[in-house]
Amino acid sequence: MIQLQKAIVVGASSGIGEATAKRLCAEGASVALLARRKEDLDRVAADIEKSGKGKAFVHVHDVTHFDEVPELFEKIVAELGGLDVIVYAAGVMPKIDESEYAFAKDRQMIEVNLLGAMAWLNPAAAKFEAQHQGTIVGISSIAGERGRRGNPGYCTSKAAFSTYLESLRNRLARYGVNVVTIKPGFVDTAMTAGVPGLFWLIKPEQAAQSSLALARRGSGAQGFVPWRWSLVAMVVRSIPSFIFRRLNF
Amino acid sequence: MKRVPNRSLRATATWRVHDGFGRAVRAACRTVAPRSEEELQELFRLAKSEGLTLAFRGNGRSYGDAAINSQGLVVDMRGLDGMLNWDPQSGIAEAQGGLTIQGLWRRTIEDGYWPAVVPGTMFPTMAGCASMNIHGKNNFAVGPFGEHVQEIDLVTARGEKLRCSRTENADVFRAAIGGVGMLGAITRVKLKLKKIHSGKLRVHPMSAPNLEGMFDAFEARLPHSDYLVGWIDGFARGNSLGRGEIHQANYLHEGEDPNPVHSLHVENQGLPPKIFGFPKDKLWHLMKPWTNNLGWRVVCWAKYMASALGSHKPYLQSHVAFAFLLDYVPNWRLAYGAEGLIQVQIFVPHATARACFADALKIAQDHGEPTYLAVMKRHRPDEFLLTHALDGWSLAMDYRVTAKNRERIWKLSRDIQARVIAAGGKFYFAKDATLTSEEVVASYGAEKLAAFGALKQRLDPDGLLSSDLFRRALPSVAAATNLDAPERMRAD
Repeated sequence: MIQLQKAIVVGASSGIGEATAKRLCAEGASVALLARRKEDLDRVAADIEKSGKGKAFVHVHDVTHFDEVPELFEKIVAELGGLDVIVYAAGVMPKIDESEYAFAKDRQMIEVNLLGAMAWLNPAAAKFEAQHQGTIVGISSIAGERGRRGNPGYCTSKAAFSTYLESLRNRLARYGVNVVTIKPGFVDTAMTAGVPGLFWLIKPEQAAQSSLALARRGSGAQGFVPWRWSLVAMVVRSIPSFIFRRLNF
Repeated sequence: MKRVPNRSLRATATWRVHDGFGRAVRAACRTVAPRSEEELQELFRLAKSEGLTLAFRGNGRSYGDAAINSQGLVVDMRGLDGMLNWDPQSGIAEAQGGLTIQGLWRRTIEDGYWPAVVPGTMFPTMAGCASMNIHGKNNFAVGPFGEHVQEIDLVTARGEKLRCSRTENADVFRAAIGGVGMLGAITRVKLKLKKIHSGKLRVHPMSAPNLEGMFDAFEARLPHSDYLVGWIDGFARGNSLGRGEIHQANYLHEGEDPNPVHSLHVENQGLPPKIFGFPKDKLWHLMKPWTNNLGWRVVCWAKYMASALGSHKPYLQSHVAFAFLLDYVPNWRLAYGAEGLIQVQIFVPHATARACFADALKIAQDHGEPTYLAVMKRHRPDEFLLTHALDGWSLAMDYRVTAKNRERIWKLSRDIQARVIAAGGKFYFAKDATLTSEEVVASYGAEKLAAFGALKQRLDPDGLLSSDLFRRALPSVAAATNLDAPERMRAD
């Protein structure tokens, strides 16, 4: 039985992170909410309090402040009285023009989408390995399946995040630790607002529900949300490079 | 792995999962690995400024949580592993704290010297051996490791380096040896080795039909033995309770070995590469299906029958093959499964040992958790403050831990420990994973613990040195000295 009663959600102020935190609380969990924007976290915490289910703890934190993570992680674990699950949902995808090569934006994506995840999931992985149980959920993306022309930095950050999670899964499965990679398709969040050509758009709540359902299976897996994106991913992965480079996405 | 970061330890030290040798206790700990005494001293300074406690770790051969510090830093001392000096005339070696027993004997044996005291594995470090004051199968004859140490360097939490011997800082010397690393880092050990005239020992096997027989055979052989160790079948009951096998070993006298140069050669001191035809590093996989009550009952029965019915003729065996039984099967502890094992080693005065050992074996059987491996030795008192040794006997018992039986195993160990305290006995921190503070006070005595606490207050006034073992089993020491790190340090 997978326990998800003591949780950390990094990137809980909006989108899939917010929806996941609320869903965990709706199931009675104590959840530490982390994000940069205090007002948004307070709003999420107020919603949770209003629901009368679960308990939320607000921690304002910028995931690129890597040095703050170990101490904050320990503080939160003490506050929760242990840890069952950590969800890394923080992510950025700044708009990149076709002919734009912006190191500052690439760096921001790598720092938030990948390095911040490593900073948070490393201590969690060590803790879970020692206690021989625990669940890590990483919100990656289908964008990491191929290097698309639209946003090289974003695709890179998500491909690396997915590989990192796979390595953690292979490292920790022998200790009974459950590492789940979630690869959502298009989700109706602030990140996708105004992006043209989206289809099969789902609500964050649906993504959160599917993600937690995958996590509860306990077998450690990667899952596309919703599942039909796995067919898309299969096709996308199989397109030869000389064709892929001519496509418009 | 991070050596000593020049930024915040709390923020940048590497996370590592450290377990005890028995694997039943483990924790994720910040870990650093200094490469010099200067780095170590810098580490003390940084840790103090950040309110982090430190625990030293060598090769992780303590069965419990002595080298785990879940609330602070683990300092991996294996980087300071040099042999500083070796005098083949006097047999005196000087080594850094991270040098292993293996590193020591391989350097000295061809000169005809063997460490006077070795444990059942060659991988503990010099500092680990001194901090735990380990003993061997010859404790009754030559005392513990510390008895052969002439001098140590102790880098204290205040950053000073103390030279300690029986004539210089003698009180610290007798407390730091066996002081579980709580007085400082032992960075140098000077010790006297045993002169040997052959690379082989003469080994006499014998069997005993029950516990009384084991004690009687031990007592009969003690005056004639250099080493004496007994294995007990933990499953045998009734009239056969405590049955087992004894191995007596003796050094060969000068002239007995016709070719000592050959037998003393390092290459002739290896362990067999295969056991029963299997590569030894794969053998634990084969052991795993047998590592349960039924499997070990069969193994123990077969081992006892082989001993009882087999030859009792003496044979020659290399020092390494006789001494390091735990190294025959690499990773054998993995055969115990994910939750590992604990070892409970009890030390009981001569007068009460027979009854107490019988009760210990029965307590385990009554809990439905017979010991899979039980080893008996004879001991003598020594000069060290927190010594586990006494004029009596020890029985080391391995218990498999699973997710289901963990609570039962801890209860079992408590019951055995209560029986040992009633018998006037003691315990051994290198093996311990379950002792409570009250049990430690009852067995070691408040006076000795207070004396240790006074030294700790002097050498480590900020309570910088701590470990999971220290917080679990020795909080009385911290309380006696008003040391309550790290909370107190953070509040400053």
